[in-house]
Amino acid sequence: MFNQLTGLNQKIGNFPGVTVDKRTGFCQLDDSTTAEIIDLPGTYSLYPRTLDEKVVAEVFTDQKGVFYPDKVVLVADATNLKNCLLLLTQLIDLRLPTVLALNMVDLAAKSGQSIDIKSLEKQLDLPVVMLNARNGTGIEKLKNVLSEPLKASSKTIYKFDEESKSVVDAIKNKYNLNSDYEAYQFLQQAENLMFLSKAERESIREFAKQNNFFVHKYQGAETIMRYGFIQDLLNKVILRSSNEGWKKISYGIDKVLTHKVWGYVIFFLILFLIFQSIFAWAQIPMDFIDTTFAQLSHKLDAIFPEGPFFELVSHGIVPGIGGIVIFIPQIAILFAFISVLEETGYMSRVVFLMDKIMRKFGLNGKSVVPLMSGWACAIPAIMATRTIENWKDRLITIFVTPLMSCSARLPVYTILVALIIPDYKVLGFFNYQGLVLMGLYLLGFLAAIFSAFAMKFLIKVKERSYLIMELPTYKMPKWSNVGFQIIEKTKAFVFEAGKTILAISIILYILASYGPIDVMNAAKETVRTEAAGQNLSEKEISDKVAAYKLENSYAGRLGKTLEPIIKPLGYDWKIGIALVTSFAAREVFVGTIATIYSIGSTDDTATIKQRLKSEVDPETGLPRYSLAAGLSLLVFYTFAMQCMSTLAVVKRETKGWKWPLLQLGYMTALAYFSAFAVYQFLK
Amino acid sequence: MIPGETAVISGFTDDQISVKLLEMGFLPGTAVRFNFTAPFGDPVCVSVSGYDLSLRVDEASTISILN
Repeated sequence: MFNQLTGLNQKIGNFPGVTVDKRTGFCQLDDSTTAEIIDLPGTYSLYPRTLDEKVVAEVFTDQKGVFYPDKVVLVADATNLKNCLLLLTQLIDLRLPTVLALNMVDLAAKSGQSIDIKSLEKQLDLPVVMLNARNGTGIEKLKNVLSEPLKASSKTIYKFDEESKSVVDAIKNKYNLNSDYEAYQFLQQAENLMFLSKAERESIREFAKQNNFFVHKYQGAETIMRYGFIQDLLNKVILRSSNEGWKKISYGIDKVLTHKVWGYVIFFLILFLIFQSIFAWAQIPMDFIDTTFAQLSHKLDAIFPEGPFFELVSHGIVPGIGGIVIFIPQIAILFAFISVLEETGYMSRVVFLMDKIMRKFGLNGKSVVPLMSGWACAIPAIMATRTIENWKDRLITIFVTPLMSCSARLPVYTILVALIIPDYKVLGFFNYQGLVLMGLYLLGFLAAIFSAFAMKFLIKVKERSYLIMELPTYKMPKWSNVGFQIIEKTKAFVFEAGKTILAISIILYILASYGPIDVMNAAKETVRTEAAGQNLSEKEISDKVAAYKLENSYAGRLGKTLEPIIKPLGYDWKIGIALVTSFAAREVFVGTIATIYSIGSTDDTATIKQRLKSEVDPETGLPRYSLAAGLSLLVFYTFAMQCMSTLAVVKRETKGWKWPLLQLGYMTALAYFSAFAVYQFLK
Repeated sequence: MIPGETAVISGFTDDQISVKLLEMGFLPGTAVRFNFTAPFGDPVCVSVSGYDLSLRVDEASTISILN
């Protein structure tokens, strides 16, 4: 509907202070008039149950606010008119000039309900337009209505009783409001209206208390009165024939999809498909992006003259941008699936199926999809948590999702598992290495579930968790909505989280390439002197120089400083450096290890494995990568928050640094102590 | 109530939830049909004023019905 009015001319932002997407766009109403259109979250009434709905209440009651509308278009589902009209009666009482747009009139007609539009207009005293948002019929008519001057409806639906009237009037005069009902809203939910100052909210609450204004009593009475009005109205305007055939089909589908066996089988098959596609299909475009940016770096090297600035561009900024772009395929694929699931109505069934199990762990039925997507990549997964309305549930899901072993951990896992676990088979077909790998995935999953369970008790939120949710009838998805969703999410990631990612990657680049100037300048000489008489080839020498430079860079120094701290985990300073650099992204571990052991820039796992195997702990004379140290490192990578992109996304989704920093602290502590326990126990 | 049964709503036992339920169309005097439960018995699916909703059992239990 919004898309039909504005076309591509729209932009996405956030409402101030909350993570609710605000979509605005412009629409040419007629030759001379252009309107700015704001798309508000859908709601049944002004009393909010979720953050999204809170925004709606605020926009409509804040006369002085920037978003306060000149005209309102209420899009109502004609198949479910009764519930959509509740909000309409509230808008009428707020004296807002409103147009009622009836959507899905065709579906309502199929189900045997026809609506007498003329009579509806007369009863409500406002214009009514029939629409089909799917194919765009009625949009022109709506634009015409909007370009004309529009008066607020003259009706008053909710009439106050004697007692409340005086209280409402007092507030109305005090804040200079233009409708009684707006004043009544101030009394009802001052705590939700953030445009009032804290003192104002307090004083309104105090005032309500003194005058025996009982919020719940009035809200109940109000809703009943409104529905009374609506019922009368519908009796007059609905022409009914009884044919509920289209609903039967939906019920039939529900029998299978919420079945106690098939329901779960189908759900897990769908999950598997999603997982498989983010994991495997996204690999092709991701590899392509990876090589393109690597080539670009090389090309720039060739073109640019030498100098620190040009090196920063070709080795810091270009790979940094590449590191952002590389996530686009996974984000696009995940959101394609999610929006199809939502459009068809299946997502509410997922919640219905999983709610009971997930609630035990402080999560929500809707947490399942983000959690499972976390196995592929935490970034799109965390962005997907927006579908969870309840803030506490959403926060817990965001917090634990990075514990799921994402695909970036896989290169680290494979190289270390291959190194320390013998390639034996158990019972003929179970491979030891495979079992350990599976165990690591399981370990991450259990950590996520138990952390969620613990957080359930730690986070105190006043907001009560509800699951009063409509189960819509099944329908085909509208593909342009799916497309919009994909573009919107990708944009949000690239332009918002992207900034943070780029900044951190540049800082890490500088740390890893610069060190005290005299040492770095002398690197070549030092290595050559040391290597004199060893008969090394040019290639070996330049590898050694790279290793020496990394060792003496700021990151290298940091790694060395860390040595006493990480020694109890079984690591030396070389691993310390890898830990520091792989903070950017876990898979960097492999590349850093290759450089530090001066193998040169190779991704060949076999070569790295050979080199690591021969590495000896100088104190004990035993191999450095013993079973204990290896396992401890594996456990560390399972738990540690070694991914700046995830932190950037969490910052965007929680609107601040508090949660990403807590998450970083928690996961690092968990990783450190678990790795410590593993090493000390197995040593 | 058993799946498939229909009853008339008489009132609510929890003020806070009742407001939300009223908004969704659970009005005293209207008919509510208990359709089916999720596999572990919670949440439940009910029909009220012409459409389907899912409720948690503890939410549904705040609705009182006649007889």
